[in-house]
Amino acid sequence: MKFINLLKIAIKALNNNKLRCFLTMLGIIIGVASVITMLAIGQGSKMSIRDQISEMGSNMIMIHPGNMQRGGVRQNSDDMQTLKESDYLALKDLPGVAAVSPTVSSSGQMVNGNNNYPTQIQGITPEYLDIRKFKVKDGTMFTDHDIKSAAKVCVLGKTVVDNLFPDGSDPIGRVVRFGKIPFTVVGVLESKGTNSMGQDQDDIVLAPYTSVMKRILAIDYIQGIFASATDEAQTEQTIEQMTDLLRERHKILPTADSDFEIRSQQELSQMMNSTSDMMTILLACIAGISLLVGGIGIMNIMYVSVTERTREIGLRMAIGARGIDILSQFLIEAIIISVSGGILGVVLGTLAAWIVNVVANWPVYIQIWSVLLSFAVCTVTGVFFGWYPAKKAAGLDPIEAIRYE
Amino acid sequence: MSRKEIIKVDRLRREFIVGDETVKALRGVSFTIHEGEFVTIMGTSGSGKSTLLNILGCLDTPTSGQYILDGVSVQKMSKNQRAVTRNRKIGFVFQNYNLLPKTTAIENVELPLLYNSAIDAKERRRRAIAALEAVELGSRLNHKSNQMSGGQQQRVAIARALVNDPVLILADEATGNLDTRTSFSILTLFQEFHARGRTIVFVTHNPELAGYSSRNIVLRDGKVVSDTLNPSPLSARLAYENLPKETD
Repeated sequence: MKFINLLKIAIKALNNNKLRCFLTMLGIIIGVASVITMLAIGQGSKMSIRDQISEMGSNMIMIHPGNMQRGGVRQNSDDMQTLKESDYLALKDLPGVAAVSPTVSSSGQMVNGNNNYPTQIQGITPEYLDIRKFKVKDGTMFTDHDIKSAAKVCVLGKTVVDNLFPDGSDPIGRVVRFGKIPFTVVGVLESKGTNSMGQDQDDIVLAPYTSVMKRILAIDYIQGIFASATDEAQTEQTIEQMTDLLRERHKILPTADSDFEIRSQQELSQMMNSTSDMMTILLACIAGISLLVGGIGIMNIMYVSVTERTREIGLRMAIGARGIDILSQFLIEAIIISVSGGILGVVLGTLAAWIVNVVANWPVYIQIWSVLLSFAVCTVTGVFFGWYPAKKAAGLDPIEAIRYE
Repeated sequence: MSRKEIIKVDRLRREFIVGDETVKALRGVSFTIHEGEFVTIMGTSGSGKSTLLNILGCLDTPTSGQYILDGVSVQKMSKNQRAVTRNRKIGFVFQNYNLLPKTTAIENVELPLLYNSAIDAKERRRRAIAALEAVELGSRLNHKSNQMSGGQQQRVAIARALVNDPVLILADEATGNLDTRTSFSILTLFQEFHARGRTIVFVTHNPELAGYSSRNIVLRDGKVVSDTLNPSPLSARLAYENLPKETD
């Protein structure tokens, strides 16, 4: 029995029942289309999160004082005084570190004339701009000299500018107050918009860390260190080197826990990835269930079809079809339904993903593996759910089948 | 002259177990059919003729006894071998035609050849057209089975039985569903094929038909009760022509 003949027989049989064939296919079409669309949405959001993280500085490393206990009371890590300015200076000389900046921050009211705005002032060095991928749009960044002299200068984010200068006047050179301390505005940052967690990245005031430490907070420790590795791939190694250096400087015994914590964006991106992966899996599960329902639809129809076509099967057997020929015919019919349903489903799913992208403005991304996967699942569904009815058809007794009424 | 033996059955027995009773459908049937014979097998219902037909058609195997078809013993064959034997050596004609629905005459006739991988599409088409022309349906190749009358459908079924050039044509009440006129025209067709040397076994319960065959075997209660040669069969064509023309 030639395969091509079987294919002809199966196509002919399906052709005789176009509407039913299409309705059966519909289950698979919807199943595959939803798999494709759901995965496209899941992958799309994952991609957009990844983009945003790399915009935040994908090789960024953050060092915070350890959240340790002191006399049984857990302390807020911002109040821990384990990180010193000298730690920052030591890290600066470490190979593999591209940029490093200490951070100290204080919340308070920013005032310009009769406008005021509650924000956070970040004490940093100019290298912070490279680490966080900020750019100065107007004016200039303050200089290392400003840091040495703890100058009262600042660079404002767009949100702060909008709130302090609602009339649209140029903030460069103007003096604003943070609490009671006046700062001269030397620059304005380029807008970055909100990040993936909805934080406004433009709601920021940058000032020399020395100014914030001495003039606002009056402390001699720093609250954190931001650094970036020269190469994203080297981030892990750089973190290890930093850990070793800081432990040595802090004279921590090999058995003791560190009194600081180092985190990188990689961890964040891993976390985000695992979250969106989970979402993708969830969506794929829902879609998979609809594919399963579609498969059961195929089994149901093939089963009815076998009963309805008992006489035809009997005749085919009488004129020389072997059991395997009948089995193949019904299996091929099921596979044709599922595979062509799969093709239509891929087309429909792609279309739906595109509509989601255009209408709802959600990021979508169709990966070739999701297409191949749903296609493979379709074929397997066809074989799996077609097998039982086909087996039943092949097992019929020709004598009884041909006289079946 | 010794003609080729197409069918040789020897002490054929077939028993069915229904519940805890054993039904003996065939109780030792023996006969030989030679090439070119037109044999009617006759019997009332329950005589075992259907069982015999199933065995002769390689659809069933006897409980005991020998069945040799065209020199090959059938009961030693596997299910698949019997399927191939049916495909190559036997042409079936059924009472209710058993054409595929919504399928054209030519596709119905091509069907047996689709299960024979030795024949390509071109040869298949050529043979199907030849078979349909032989049953005078050359002008209706692309008519669908549901667009044809009973007689035409039965002609398509006969063409389908001929298309694989079988050694034996097995007809099961082939005229049972047809009116008298159409029955005679179908019978004429069988006689023509017989005249061209085809071996035909025609199973029926209608005793009238015995007069048109060259040999008549009568079964009763699973046994052959008579086996008579008919040296001068009646002409179905004459009978057909002598039928009163339909007036209303």
